[in-house]
Order: sequence, then structure tokens, then C-alpha cells
Amino acid sequence: MVAADPGPAGDGMSSRGRVLGRVRRALADVRAAEAAADTAMAAGPGTGAGPAAEAEAAPPAGHAGQGDAAQDYAKRDYAVRDYLRVHGSRTAPQRVALLAENLADYRAHVHHAHEAGLPAVIARLLTERGAHRVAVPHGLPGDWLSAVTAERVPDSADLTARELDAVDSVVTGCAVAIAETGTIVLDTGPGQGRRHLTLVPDHHLCVVRVPEQVVDALPQALELLAPQHPLTWISGPSATSDIELNRVEGVHGPRTLDVVLVTVDEPPTG
Amino acid sequence: MTRIPLGMPTPPGAAPAFPAAAARSTQDATLRENLRHATHTIRAKRAAAVAELSDWAELRAAGAAIKDHTLRHLDHYLEQAEAAVTAAGGQVHWAADAAEAQAIVTRLVRDTGEREVVKVKSMATQEIGLNEALAAAGITAYETDLAELIVQLGNDLPSHILVPAIHRNRAEIRDIFREHMARWGRPAPDGLTDEPAELAEAARLHLREKFLSAKVAISGANFLVAETGTLVVVESEGNGRMCLTLPETLISVVGIEKVIPAWRDLEVFLQLLPRSSTAERMNPYTSMWTGTSHGDGPAAFHLVLLDNGRTDALADQVGRQALRCIRCSACLNVCPVYERAGGHAYGSAYPGPIGAILTPQLRGTASALDASLPYASSLCGACYEVCPVAIDIPEILVRLRERVVEGGAVTIRGTRAVIRPAKGHAAERAAMRAARWTFDHPRALRAGQRLVSRTRRLHPRRLAGPGRAWSDTRELPEVPPESFREWWQRTRGPQGTA
Ligand code: SF4
Repeated sequence: MVAADPGPAGDGMSSRGRVLGRVRRALADVRAAEAAADTAMAAGPGTGAGPAAEAEAAPPAGHAGQGDAAQDYAKRDYAVRDYLRVHGSRTAPQRVALLAENLADYRAHVHHAHEAGLPAVIARLLTERGAHRVAVPHGLPGDWLSAVTAERVPDSADLTARELDAVDSVVTGCAVAIAETGTIVLDTGPGQGRRHLTLVPDHHLCVVRVPEQVVDALPQALELLAPQHPLTWISGPSATSDIELNRVEGVHGPRTLDVVLVTVDEPPTG
Repeated sequence: MTRIPLGMPTPPGAAPAFPAAAARSTQDATLRENLRHATHTIRAKRAAAVAELSDWAELRAAGAAIKDHTLRHLDHYLEQAEAAVTAAGGQVHWAADAAEAQAIVTRLVRDTGEREVVKVKSMATQEIGLNEALAAAGITAYETDLAELIVQLGNDLPSHILVPAIHRNRAEIRDIFREHMARWGRPAPDGLTDEPAELAEAARLHLREKFLSAKVAISGANFLVAETGTLVVVESEGNGRMCLTLPETLISVVGIEKVIPAWRDLEVFLQLLPRSSTAERMNPYTSMWTGTSHGDGPAAFHLVLLDNGRTDALADQVGRQALRCIRCSACLNVCPVYERAGGHAYGSAYPGPIGAILTPQLRGTASALDASLPYASSLCGACYEVCPVAIDIPEILVRLRERVVEGGAVTIRGTRAVIRPAKGHAAERAAMRAARWTFDHPRALRAGQRLVSRTRRLHPRRLAGPGRAWSDTRELPEVPPESFREWWQRTRGPQGTA
């Protein structure tokens, strides 16, 4: 409880108290209005959102709740969410086609491969890009690089950014891809590597398993991702429009982004 | 009278008021042409990107509601964010004002023993003058956003939120690189031309060395998720990723209004922001991090929560909605005053309509500049219509004009005070009353604006009355004969965005 503004700049704790105190005083009208509303509500039937609404508002991954009375209002749905989960309905092939279209629209190079042909496609693309040294994240499926002749530089705890600067390409998988925005998301999981792996080399080759890694829309991707891991959302190669609004690809991140959409063999049905 | 109160009071103060600063800009033909081209280009692209989403209105309403809710419980969410960031291995610091934030960041950098830091574009650090404070402490801050680099090398000031070097054309950029890069590090390549790709390559080479050797980075953040302690940076070039990933220590200076309650809320803002800002479905890179991650990225993460006047804005029941702002810059690109005046005239990190409502609330209206900012608008309302979080900018402008002209209760640095009306401005008080009246009567406002546009045709070289103060330039004949609102209604097409 901070009743009055403590004196001028002091240590961190007093600044914390001062800022929170200012916030609370600034919101005095809000608290007063809420108290009045709560009184009115207590007199009537129903208090706040039911269990269904609470479940809907719950975060995707379990997060420590705070034992705070204030959580009550945080759990009521504080916004009307009548926006769309998905813009349009698509079959799986349509979803993959839209992803390819939107990736290409933002100047990613999109390639298609069947699972069996993937190593050959990866090897060809690396050769075409003139890659002599290729960074390899932990957990990359063993056969992806089976046809690659370039030197492999495995990610390791002591691989520095400066060493990565001397690497031409990096090959990764991804966590999820979003069709409507042409976005691939990396979450540093197996086959994706630490963040600098896909940042310092000038060429990133990213493999997306389709259709299972593809969602239609951004809200669905957020549900699948866990914020405990660092996330990198990539929509086309690095770009700037700072010079007379001309879009120039590749300022600091990889200037070339190859995305290989790989079709996994359907398990035999029946 | 249906005259729109474009004029402004001139309370005593050393800083040039908006009209004086705007006059300098509006007489610079290059700047105006760059600005016109840029704002019109982005404006058209943004409209197309927004039109792709049939649920834009619902997203916009949800964005406003989430931000409003957060602001109404800001103390709760700040404490929740602090706990989550701390639990994830970060350290949280609180800064009540710019001086405290400068001192905290300076101390944190000094503790690392480093004398150089890399920076990713951040409005908050610009607002608090962090680079200058660090320089005074013997620490060099390297801006790494291409536009910020242009601005820094040219010893200049940003003029646009999204495209801070919007006032520079490619030939000027080439000259700045040739002349100044060597002094800051790797010189510009020999024979550098003004091709954008070559200029970008020069910046890449110049900054790559900085990224690879940097031990400390300073950033802002677009969002801070209270429930998870996650910070989000939205960018295009990859310099943000470099700063957030490569150094050993990361310091993020984040305004307290950047907090949002839940992970899920990102589904709204990550749809609203890129389309409003760069007019893209999604910007090239978005980084999210939660505290520190073992073996990946900075081992030390510091979050500096910045007030610096935000709680003063929060105390105003009308003005607090300005804190919803997600800094997309859409309002700049549709603003006829910004287009003519340029970003520098607003005298702060925040140009355009958002600057006109935010700066006087963060800094108060004591200086001539800050008191004049609420008048840097024709109240046409285009900014409100494009704002992805539906901030009623004209309403706040009227509120602030009222405050300047009539005085009244305000909160200054956390303390309630009553300010006196600006003296000797009966004309302005009258203008104020006119503004309020017209605002209560939208049809009259529209009629008033049409009248003003006709007046412009009759007096093409200057606006009559109070409007003269900022429009008294040689180039005013370029003002189109139709009013901005008419233009807007004629050109925005059937897909309204409000
Ligand atoms: S006020 Fe609205 S339109 Fe302007 S920058 Fe902020 S969010 Fe964008």
C-alpha cells in the first residue's frame, strides 16, 4: 500500500512503490465504479463468467496462477472475441497451397518434395546457393542431409556467432506454419537449433511437413506454441523499406529463405 | 463562426512551438515530397492489407477492449508480469521517470564492464534520451535499425515512427554513409551508389561487426504478456533478432502500458499491428522470449518498466485511452497536418496525431511546444478511423485544448494539481468553445471543414485566422481544394475500416 508519492528518485524498491502507487491513485475512479457495480451484481443473480468462459480464456500451456483476488476479473472474459478464428474454410491441400502462395508473396522460395525425395532437394538447393559449410541443429532427422556434400557444422554449446558468420547455410525444421500469413515459427525444438543458428548464416533452408505442421490462422498457431521457449516467427526473408520505401531483401537476417514443403507418406488406410 | 481552431496559444517558453517548427518543415520541398510520397504509399497499402480481413472491426474492438481492461487493472498486471519475468530468470527494475531509467540502464551497462552497446529501435529509449545519457557516461550506443542508423550517422532526429528516416532520400543516405560510417566503425564500401540494395548491403557490413562483438544490447518491446512474462519484438530487418540473441546481456526498456494480460491476447495484436504498421500480413520477424533460456541467447535479462508520465495520462479519464497505442504509425500516414509539417515539428519521439495527444500528457503542457501540440490537428478524424485500437484522437485533442485554454485539474508526476488557463488568449478560448460545439455536432464539423477548404481556395497562400500560425508558408497552394474528410470519404472505397 502506498498512500502518498514517496520522495524523489531512490532505490529500485521505492520506485516500484511509487509507480504502483501512482497507478492506483490514477485508477481511483475505476475502483469506485467497480465497487458500485459489484454491489449491484451481488444483489442480482450470477456473478461473472461461468466455468465454460473461464476454460475458454485459459492459456494454452499451464501457467502458475496467482492466488490473487484480482484474478477474478482477469478470468472474466474482458474482451468480446467475435473476431474469426480462421478466415475461410479450406481443405488440407488448399491450406498448403495458401501457405505456399503467401510465402512466395513475401519472397521466400517455395519448393515441394515428397518425403523420399527430400534429401535430394535439400542437397540440390544447397549446391545452387553455393553452400560450402552448413550449420546443423540437434535433432535434425538423420537422412535429411544424407545427399549433402558440404561440410556440416553441428550446433554446439560453444559454437559462437563469429564462427556461424563463416557458415553459408543452415537447414532446419519448424514448429508450425501459418497459411494465412505465410509464416513459419521456430521454437528451438528438435531440428531447429538455438536462435542464432537461423540468424547469422545468409541462407536458411526450412523444411515444413505438410499438411500436419500447417494451420490456417495465427490464433491456432499461438495455441500450439509454448512461450517458455524462445520463439522466432519468420515471414519471408529479412527486409527493409527504409530507403524511399523500396523493399530490399536481406539486411541482417538471412537474405535467402528456402522453404521446402514436404509431403509425408500417408499411412496405408484400411 | 465555424472556423476550425487551428491556431494555438503561445504561453511563454523557450522551445519553438509546433507552428514555428512546422513552418520550417513545410518550406522544405524535398522533405514534403518525401513525406507525401511515403505517407500516401503506406496509406494505400495499409488499406489493402486491412481489407483482406473481413473481421477487422471485431479485431479492432477486441484490441481496444483488451487494452482498456489492462489499463483499468494496470497495477495487477504489472505485478503479475514482474513475477512471471522474475520466475523465468529475468530481473525487473522500475523507473518512475526518464532520469531513473537512464540511471538504471547506465548502471546495468557499467556492471558488465562494457563501453559499447547495440540498440534496436525503441520509442521508449528515444523518449527518455537514453543514448545521450549513455554518451555522457562514456558509453556508446549503436543504433542498428537501418533508418535509425541513417538518423544517427547524420546526427539527425527521427521523423516517423515506422520509417524514421522518411525525410531522407537515397542520395542523402549515400552521402551520409560515405561521410560518416568510417567514424563509427567499418567505412562505406568504395564507389557506393544510391541503389537501395547497395545501401542496405553497406549497412549490413557496417553493423555485422557490431553485432558479432557486442556484449550488451538494449531494446524496447511491443508487448509484455503478464501471464507468462513473455516479451515480443516485431521487426523487419533482423537487427532486432541480432540484438535479442547474440549479446550476453539484454536490457529492455518497456513502457508500463505495453503489458497485455494473456498469451492468447497476442492473437489480436499480432493481427492488428503488422497490417496497420507495415501493411503486411505479417512482418518478416517477430521474436518472443521469456526470461532467459539456458544456452540460447543472453544469460542476463533486465526489464526496465518505465512510467515517465504514463500514470499522469492514466489519471485522465478521457486521455488515458492514448495508452492503448501500439505505435503502428497508421495515424501519421493519414494525417494532413503531419504530411505538411513533418515529424520533427512535434518535438518528441512521438510524431503525428499520437504525438499530439501523448506528448502533452506525458510531459504536461507547460512549454510552448507541448501546449501547442493539441492544436496540430484539423480534427478531421482520419486518425481515429485507421487506429487499430480505436483511440479517439480528436476527443483527446479537444480535451487537451480545453486543458491548455481553460486550465483545470491534472496529474503531474503523480501529484494532482490545478493548472491555470493560458493567459491572454480569449480568442483561443472562443476557438475552444467552437471546437467543442462542432465536436458535439458532427454534421457541423463536416460543414465547417468544407468551409475551411473553400476558404483555402480563396486565400491560397495562407489560412485565415488562427490557422495562419502554422500554415503561413509559400507552399500552401498545394493544399487540395477538397477537405481531407471529403478526400477520405471519396477514396477509401466501400471497405470502411472503422
Ligand atoms: S494512435 Fe492508433 S494509429 Fe496512431 S500509432 Fe497509436 S495505435 Fe497506431
